[in-house]
Amino acid sequence: MVEVEKAALSIKDMLQKKPILSSGHRMCAGCAAPTVVKLMGMALRGPTIVCEATGCLEVATTIYPYTAWNINWIHVAFENAAAVASGVAEAINALREKGQWKHEITDVIAIGGDGGTFDIGFGSLSGALERGHKFVYMVYDNGAYQNTGIQRSGATLPGQETTTSWAGKVEPGKRERKKPLPEIVAAHRIPYVATVSPYYTRDFVTKFRKALEADGPAFIHAYSPCPRGWRSDTAKSIELAKLAVETGIHPLYEVIDGTEYIMSGPSKRLKELKPLDEYLKMQGQFKHLFKPQWEEFKKKIQQDLIDDWELLKKKCGIE
Amino acid sequence: MTSVEKIPKDQMVVEGLTGDAAIALALKQCDIDVLAAYPITPQTIIVEDFQKFVANGEVKTKVIPVESEHSAMSACVGASAVGARVATATASAGLALMWEILYCAASMRMPIVLTVANRALSAPINIHNDWSDTYGARDSGFIQLYCQSSQEAYDTTIMAFKIAENKDILLPIMVCIDGFILSHNVERVEMLPDQAIKKFLGVRQPFQNLDPDNPITMGPLALTDYYFEFKEQQDEAIKRVPDVFKQVEAEFERMTGRSYGMLETYKTEDAEIILLTHSTPAGTAKVVVDVLRERDEKVGVLRLKMFRPFPSKEVAEAIKHAKAVAVFEKCRSFGSTCNPLALEVMASLYDLKEKPMVTDFVIGLGGRDVPPTTIVEGYEKTKEYLKQGKAPLYETLGVRK
Amino acid sequence: MKKYNEIPMAGNIIEPGNSKEYKTGGWRAKRPVHNDETCLWIRNGTCGKCWIYCPDNAVRLIEKDGKYFYEYDYDYCKGCGICANECPTQSIKMESE
Repeated sequence: MVEVEKAALSIKDMLQKKPILSSGHRMCAGCAAPTVVKLMGMALRGPTIVCEATGCLEVATTIYPYTAWNINWIHVAFENAAAVASGVAEAINALREKGQWKHEITDVIAIGGDGGTFDIGFGSLSGALERGHKFVYMVYDNGAYQNTGIQRSGATLPGQETTTSWAGKVEPGKRERKKPLPEIVAAHRIPYVATVSPYYTRDFVTKFRKALEADGPAFIHAYSPCPRGWRSDTAKSIELAKLAVETGIHPLYEVIDGTEYIMSGPSKRLKELKPLDEYLKMQGQFKHLFKPQWEEFKKKIQQDLIDDWELLKKKCGIE
Repeated sequence: MTSVEKIPKDQMVVEGLTGDAAIALALKQCDIDVLAAYPITPQTIIVEDFQKFVANGEVKTKVIPVESEHSAMSACVGASAVGARVATATASAGLALMWEILYCAASMRMPIVLTVANRALSAPINIHNDWSDTYGARDSGFIQLYCQSSQEAYDTTIMAFKIAENKDILLPIMVCIDGFILSHNVERVEMLPDQAIKKFLGVRQPFQNLDPDNPITMGPLALTDYYFEFKEQQDEAIKRVPDVFKQVEAEFERMTGRSYGMLETYKTEDAEIILLTHSTPAGTAKVVVDVLRERDEKVGVLRLKMFRPFPSKEVAEAIKHAKAVAVFEKCRSFGSTCNPLALEVMASLYDLKEKPMVTDFVIGLGGRDVPPTTIVEGYEKTKEYLKQGKAPLYETLGVRK
Repeated sequence: MKKYNEIPMAGNIIEPGNSKEYKTGGWRAKRPVHNDETCLWIRNGTCGKCWIYCPDNAVRLIEKDGKYFYEYDYDYCKGCGICANECPTQSIKMESE
């Protein structure tokens, strides 16, 4: 039997796990990404190698000569985290077969922001998924290229103001919809895809552990509020991660083998979605949408969300 | 250093191999752990042959059939960081797509062997040979070795791992052959027994790898306060290559009787004009020299093998006595004073009080044939320029104008 | 500052988690102040939401001899206020530095 560490779901168990990220990192105050990483750490089975794409988390946790990482970690470039992870995973397989790798389990996790995953790293992600390497890819989605100064990405929401999708006299921020990445990833027919929010810690850790245990590539889409880019109160990041679920911005679900959609507890328990306004009004980046000029545009966003939610429920077999 | 012995002739297998096939066999015999590659002409045979070895269970290598060359080099960096012995192959546009990660591989000190079948860069798209691809990558931090024969491609691929993985070096290395001219032409190759290569290379002993017992952070952010120091380390490492190259070659020579040197001189002792080039044009130049020598022309060839690091001292020493050096190179560095090889040669001679004239001939772009007459033309022009006492900074030969 | 030959190769950082040497407490404009009376952790060793959500590992939940203690590590707390916002018993108040 291979000795594996248990996933920590309760506070008592969590306190026993050595944190994978130390204090002294330079993520902005109130950024949810370190919490996302902390919860990921609660799911680990044993030795783990993280391959990270360029981005906020990469930069602010490894400013030389300091690293916040307590586990093996490598960064190469922006668009290649999944490719690096495939090299790491196969090197371990090769060395293990030749008797040169003593650890029975060595999990490989790739991490990218939404820019590094939805956009520039999408090709390398798709390639790695198709090839079927045993690794977990986690995107921490903060809705824009926050590291380079809040530019729009494929994950940016309609109506969201960024420094490349300004709200102006004639424009309401980004006009386009968000790329439905978890579904695109699931369409690769990989064994496991899940969306998570750091507010729902038990759901998060449980899913991440399932991802690690999947027989092939797995994908975790984590929502990660960004007070700097969203112009929200630093104290409200976790609350926003909850509201994103409750308003249908980031519904929680799993997809097994690319076909079986399962709504997760926190989303399933919702009788109906909360009004989108509750989510928007907490963020300066959506302030313009409350002007009469954009009322129709905002209604359309709300309606699209409801339609998407109904579609997802249907996929999950919920009436 | 491991002690290797002379391999008896009867243990060598002789086969007719293309340059690509010779490299594929060398990679197999080096027992690499990971190969991540993407198909591109004229390198493809390397990957195809290797996949056949895998399909027949002849190697334990994990092959990653990536979706792009960018991912090929990225996967190589990841695998090398774990501590595996890693190789890939590419050409032209593929190398261009790898560009960003070439710098990462070198700066992160990953001893990856990259075999390249040199091919012209687009546009227009062209599958034939010139050196624009690897010359463009000359500042990436890779070691660059250029081969003239299938045998040399085979031997160099084997030695490349030992040079790259040396703890004083830890740098990636390009083993370059001329696309089609060498990659697809069959030549006699004497192959070493597997055991001899195994003994020669040993198992890679990684230094600071992704080892769960010793967690490490690789590839952090380093700004104005430290970045420069890492570049200094890298520069020191590539400067150590000539010494390690010589040691490795000496060992290889003991085993096989073959060595190539960082450069090879051919009839240069009394030469007044030296033809300086590398890869397959060097073979043509030697034939030209033989014919010219019959006419009592004092001419020789310097065939360069190592372009990065550039062996300036050795090159200067080998050509300083000549009246002129005619450089033949398959690359135009647009907008530059002259072209990459001639620039290096001129810089190498700069400190000499009395130095030969340097002429620079751009030849064979996009696979344009380089027949002996092209080399003769450059030679005759150089003679003429010597008489006139001045030469143009560079000129193109073999183009209709 | 160390010279090029006095630091590990290629920017490799061989001491895990050494970011602890870098104190981020100076970023703080508001500091969390904790009320032991109402805290569920102090009462019965449950909850711990402030600890789980804290992005900077600046909350310390201590269990000793069957008793529960609570501390902030002000060397690292950036004063974001997530702990106060998420506390189900409003046991944490943010006060100006």
